[in-house]
Amino acid sequence: MLDDFLVRATLAGVGVALAAAPLGCFIVWRRMAYFGDATAHAAVLGVALSLALETPIFAGVLVVCLFMATLVSSLSGRGYAMDTLLGVMAHSSLAVGLVAVSFLDGIRIDLMAYLFGDILAVGKTDLAIIWGGAILVVVLVVYRWSGLLLATMNPDLAHASGISPGREQLILTIALAIVVAVAIKVVGVLLIAAMLIIPAATARPFCKTPEAMAVTAAIIGCAASLVGLRASYQLDTPTGPTIVCMVALMFAFSSIFWNLSDRRKSRSRV
Amino acid sequence: MLIETRGLCVQLGQRMVLKDIDMGLERGEIVTIIGPNGSGKSTLLRALIGAVKPASGQVLHSRGLKIGYVPQRVHIDETLPMPVRRFMSLPRRPSAEALDAAMAGAGISGLDQQQVMSLSGGEFQRVLLARALLEKPDLLLLDEATQSLDHRGSAGFYRQIDAVREELGCGVIMVSHELHVVMRRTDHVICLNGHICCQGKPEVVSASPEYQSLFDLDDMETAVYHHHDHHSYSHNNRVN
Repeated sequence: MLDDFLVRATLAGVGVALAAAPLGCFIVWRRMAYFGDATAHAAVLGVALSLALETPIFAGVLVVCLFMATLVSSLSGRGYAMDTLLGVMAHSSLAVGLVAVSFLDGIRIDLMAYLFGDILAVGKTDLAIIWGGAILVVVLVVYRWSGLLLATMNPDLAHASGISPGREQLILTIALAIVVAVAIKVVGVLLIAAMLIIPAATARPFCKTPEAMAVTAAIIGCAASLVGLRASYQLDTPTGPTIVCMVALMFAFSSIFWNLSDRRKSRSRV
Repeated sequence: MLIETRGLCVQLGQRMVLKDIDMGLERGEIVTIIGPNGSGKSTLLRALIGAVKPASGQVLHSRGLKIGYVPQRVHIDETLPMPVRRFMSLPRRPSAEALDAAMAGAGISGLDQQQVMSLSGGEFQRVLLARALLEKPDLLLLDEATQSLDHRGSAGFYRQIDAVREELGCGVIMVSHELHVVMRRTDHVICLNGHICCQGKPEVVSASPEYQSLFDLDDMETAVYHHHDHHSYSHNNRVN
């Protein structure tokens, strides 16, 4: 069954969607969208380094993303606003990564695959890495769920309950690095942030609890992967971007729904 | 001693916010902290829960101390769906009976399925108190907990604190502006302005010259700085 490239692609897409959904919820709740983007951009540098040092891409990306995320966390609150800092770090690391790759011979063609993903080229080893990473992230987030939620709502309340917000932030940072590292093959570094944020944002209007939002986001992400894969096969379009287009479409419908139901509510209030 | 500070100094950015704070609290005792805006009252509470690290000095907790903390203001992001009942069971889920009892005690029984961000300031304050009491704390920290409550609400709030102290035997440290209300119900008053200006029994403190000079000043300036103070607090909260 795994010999069929479409089956492998489907499984890869679903795996990434499952890991990205709960993490994406935290990124939305904590207003860390740009943080996800910056970490993903740094991944290009990770790709360049792994190609140069001939280490596995997954490991290189993971290390660089972790380094990047810790650097940003420790630099924040030291004079620059977070978004400025992230803007500097994200685009510098992307630029350095692109320049670094150009020094390597015969890599230039490959780079597109890392920027936009190449889900149809996912092999059995990739699949094992993707699912291993996805399961790790889901287990981590589920295990720390209550602490993460409280630290997200109010760091002081977390402190008073004996939960360290710094540790919860570190857990999210590690989980984010893992998701970026496993998703690079599926949607590429430029579109990873979309798979994190859009399903969570799409789920928001339909949910009354944080748990429901995480599960709904996972379902939305999986559905988008399945439909997007099918559509890209039929229309002969690039797969990663097609999947992101599908989630974006769902987001548009969800926003329309939210606005309409909001209006209905405010009318009944009058 | 439930909690004790020794020579506690706290620095935020370039500014030394708290200097040489020595204070302590016994079980069953109510300590009230008063002081003008920017005198470090909230920072002191945050240092007691470990949210800000001392620049020097120590904060000592008794072994296994359970803290119930009611912050001045909590900003809940609109993107996070959170019903009241779910919020109350963070981080540890209490039994359904304990939850019901806590909500009834705080007069918020009807609100359990409401979204936290749709609550009014006063309702949210009650939710925060009920949540803080759920785990039967040894120490209750209240940061201007009655500022969103109306007159009757705040009187009821203080009655509830008294009842809780009787029932749980916990210590209470509260920060307050409502001096006359608080004075009657407190064992010990600490008058704070970066350092401890004066402290002691309520009647001793209110008669002391340090206290009088501090609050004559405050009365003139409160109206102007009140809003500004709250704004900067919630802003800091979000950055953290």
